[in-house]
Amino acid sequence: MTAEPEALAEEQDVGLVEPEISASETAAAGGRRHLLSISDLGAYGIEEVLRVSDAFVEVGKRSIPKVPALRGKTVVTLFVEESTRTKLSFETAAKRLSADVMSFSASSSSLKKGESLRDTVETVAAMGVDAFVIRHSSAGAPAAVSRWVDASVLNAGDGWHEHPTQALLDCYTIREVLAEREGLAPGEAGMGCFKGLRVAIVGDIRHSRVARSNVLALAALGAEVTLVAPGTLLPPAVETWPVAAVSHDIDDVLPKIDVCYLLRLQAERGAGRFLPSIREYSSEYGLNARRASALADGALVMHPGPMNRGVEIADEVADLPRSVILRQVANGVAVRMAVLFMLLGTPHGQTPTGTLASLGGAWESGSA
Amino acid sequence: MAERERRLTTPRGGVFVPRVQVLSAEDVARAITRIAHEIVERNRGISDIVVIGLQTGGVPLARRLAQVLEEIAGVPVPSGTLDVAFYRDDIGIRPVLPEAVTDIPGDLAGELVVLVDDVLFTGRTVRAALNALADYGRARAVQLAVMVDRGHREIPIRPDYVGKNMPTRIDEQVDVSLDGVVLGDVVPR
Amino acid sequence: MARLEARPTIVIRGGTVVDETGERRADVVCAGGVVKEVGDSLAIPSGATVLDADGCFVMPGLVDLHTHLRQPGNEDAECVETGARAAALGGFTAILAMPNTDPCVDNAAVASEVLALGAEAPCRVAVAGAITVGRAGENLAPLGELAALGVRLFTDDGACVSDSGVMRRALEYARGLGVTLAQHCEDQGLASGASMHEGEWSSILGVPGAPAEAEELVVARDIALARLTGGRLHLLHLSSARSVALVAAAKAEGLRVSAEVTPHHLCLTDADLAGYDPLFKVNPPLRTTADLLALREGCRSGVLDAVATDHAPHPREAKDTPLSDAAPGMLGLETALAVTLGSLSSGSVNGNGNGNGNGNGAAPYMGVKDVVGLMSWRPAVIGHMATSQGGDQGGPIAPGAPANLCVFDPAESWVVDPAKMASRSRNTPWSGRTLKGRVRHTICAGEPVVVGAEAQR
Repeated sequence: MTAEPEALAEEQDVGLVEPEISASETAAAGGRRHLLSISDLGAYGIEEVLRVSDAFVEVGKRSIPKVPALRGKTVVTLFVEESTRTKLSFETAAKRLSADVMSFSASSSSLKKGESLRDTVETVAAMGVDAFVIRHSSAGAPAAVSRWVDASVLNAGDGWHEHPTQALLDCYTIREVLAEREGLAPGEAGMGCFKGLRVAIVGDIRHSRVARSNVLALAALGAEVTLVAPGTLLPPAVETWPVAAVSHDIDDVLPKIDVCYLLRLQAERGAGRFLPSIREYSSEYGLNARRASALADGALVMHPGPMNRGVEIADEVADLPRSVILRQVANGVAVRMAVLFMLLGTPHGQTPTGTLASLGGAWESGSA
Repeated sequence: MAERERRLTTPRGGVFVPRVQVLSAEDVARAITRIAHEIVERNRGISDIVVIGLQTGGVPLARRLAQVLEEIAGVPVPSGTLDVAFYRDDIGIRPVLPEAVTDIPGDLAGELVVLVDDVLFTGRTVRAALNALADYGRARAVQLAVMVDRGHREIPIRPDYVGKNMPTRIDEQVDVSLDGVVLGDVVPR
Repeated sequence: MARLEARPTIVIRGGTVVDETGERRADVVCAGGVVKEVGDSLAIPSGATVLDADGCFVMPGLVDLHTHLRQPGNEDAECVETGARAAALGGFTAILAMPNTDPCVDNAAVASEVLALGAEAPCRVAVAGAITVGRAGENLAPLGELAALGVRLFTDDGACVSDSGVMRRALEYARGLGVTLAQHCEDQGLASGASMHEGEWSSILGVPGAPAEAEELVVARDIALARLTGGRLHLLHLSSARSVALVAAAKAEGLRVSAEVTPHHLCLTDADLAGYDPLFKVNPPLRTTADLLALREGCRSGVLDAVATDHAPHPREAKDTPLSDAAPGMLGLETALAVTLGSLSSGSVNGNGNGNGNGNGAAPYMGVKDVVGLMSWRPAVIGHMATSQGGDQGGPIAPGAPANLCVFDPAESWVVDPAKMASRSRNTPWSGRTLKGRVRHTICAGEPVVVGAEAQR
């Protein structure tokens, strides 16, 4: 036995451990069984979702807006963090696909009694569930659930992390509105409208899952995003975000953008710890009528809802023609139908085919 | 439609390798004209006809057919397109997404619908199309026109109008367009 | 102990002895609880138990300055018996039990209870006392009363003494008693609500984080207070590069400051939380690669005095939750030596040993002797258990020394299976991974408590 411990230096399995493959990477590799993050999709995936959403928008216009596509499948909405609107949007989407829907919310008895999330999820899954739609106040909760059960998991919002379907419906709305201006039907519009599109996201970026998902989606599609927020409401390491610029001056940014995306300011942020007051935020960053008129003629105003009228957006601005907030809501059902169909209509381990060879698929698209 | 989906969903996809041209472009054009005359004759006029092409292979054929019917009958013939992705019986078994948006002109209640597809194979696509059409109103009648009937039916579906009957091996592929009909194979990548 | 004379004669044969004096090929004969003879190819006394140490290092038993035994109060996670067994399997012959039990060790009664529970354990169980009553950070705990029971190190670990005035007075009082105060450095204003390090990864994952400054503020403050009071300060589980720099400056100034680092901070970073796995949630959090490299450099340069496990057992339900709800902490005792040697002797950044010292003749980052020192004689001094202080830990391995030894096979590969570990809990980040290097035998006060990597009791 020599003094030099060469044996230790070789093949040491310890040392920096490779980070665990995240659930979202598994999702992409396994044919998208889950939608946990916009990164699960990439530019191709987003484009595919938007194209499939076109088909579901048409379904929504019929007198009976229903297709049998997910008949026999069970979709469970599990909203540990409350949200009436998003939950309703998902449940409507699932029902229009003819799926069976079960619904749990934070006030549901078992979650309230202190049953652990894992026990709740496993109990429900034992009844035969094809997909969980989960909203939770803790980042990574949907990722955890995807490790515990065999069903598909759809992230409907996890803490500060992501809200992928919101970003998807926002992108859909942008594409739809810009296509209309060119006289194109949405089905005829390409993705070129996003290249170089100048988008400002204004508000509490730090705590906003909507902001993170939108930044990832828009950056993937080639848009230029500017974040506008007071210093306390920017995320840590913001210099690593794929954005073109960060600004504290909304008046400087407004004339130079095509889309102004406003985030909701939660009341507790204005309680004196992150901001001096709601009033100061509103006067420094609120989109009032004066600021709205500084926007370029064709610029859009967007908001994920629900709006705090008078705080981040003035009452009259919310009702301007350039404000497409209601269209965002309307598109939400079709986009969520598309995502559910793509998750549950695809057998495990296979990637769907269609108009596009998505995610670098190894086949010809074939169709003329 | 069946052909295209098979080509797309071979494990890891595949490449269509043509072997023999069965019909030329002129043959296809003549077949469409003949079918148009058969439609007018069978239905004793086409005042309430709507021509619907199945995405994607049936669409160009349906458009051409509608044009020819307009020339013959001298009246406008509405046409539309139908994507049956959401009505397929193999959702969850085979991964297929809609190829294009469905566009049905108006309500189909009381109309004569002529469904047009390029190839009739197992019949499952047509059955899905019938389910889809039902959601647009109760048509007076639905008739099926296909350019090629290649046999191997798995559902009791029969065409009303056929361009060409073409017995095939089950592993062969048929590619149909306005430029002609080609028989070939799919080679895995 | 009356039973010492009855301890069997043991021959540890064929190994390489590593202690403070150096490395040498030697057999070791122990009897009656002490080392009798150390030399090459020794004769085997009749009736002796022979422990094969071929290919192994024979080192003084390891000393862990930072173990959570959870008893009294949280026996579902661990108890003194299972924790001590886990320690013995890890090659430790002494552990310092942290006082954040329920009730906490802020009085002689609870301290005596834990000492009594550890009296027959397969390793020596020493007890750390709390600095303040209830670890609440307000009033001094009866340090003198506890010192009379042999308690030499005090900490509110789990909590930080946040009031500077309280910490100052505690250091002054401790100086009078000749004991050491240890701090869990965490500024609540910067760290509250955090589940991981605040940085690029927390920004990607959308997880509330604590910046390194949350630790550095308290490190800087306490070093200043040590200067002011002349008290003896030990800094627990340092995790950031700047903390190491602050300690280096304090030592250069001649202040009585010591510092420890955990095996996991030498090996893992915030990137390991990419999957939101609560097994990687720990306090202080795993930080960046730059911090990890600075901690390793601190070990090599001698600025950091000890590797301490911060063994933190948690029951399944405390870890099987979304990240923000999970309890922070990892098991450490059974894997510490393999992980530490792997991190510090290969010095590589990724797990495959690429980089310096990987079989291509380059020198290893740190020699085995210095790594063993970080886990044995140097923590023994900080814990007031060294043979030079009248204690029985840390070697050197020479005739007359107490027989507290660890025999370590650096070549044995083993897969970490939490179900087979001695700890009552399962929260190890190494679950399912292959580690290279395993403790083969542990001798505690002359008794072979671990033979062939199996606990004897």
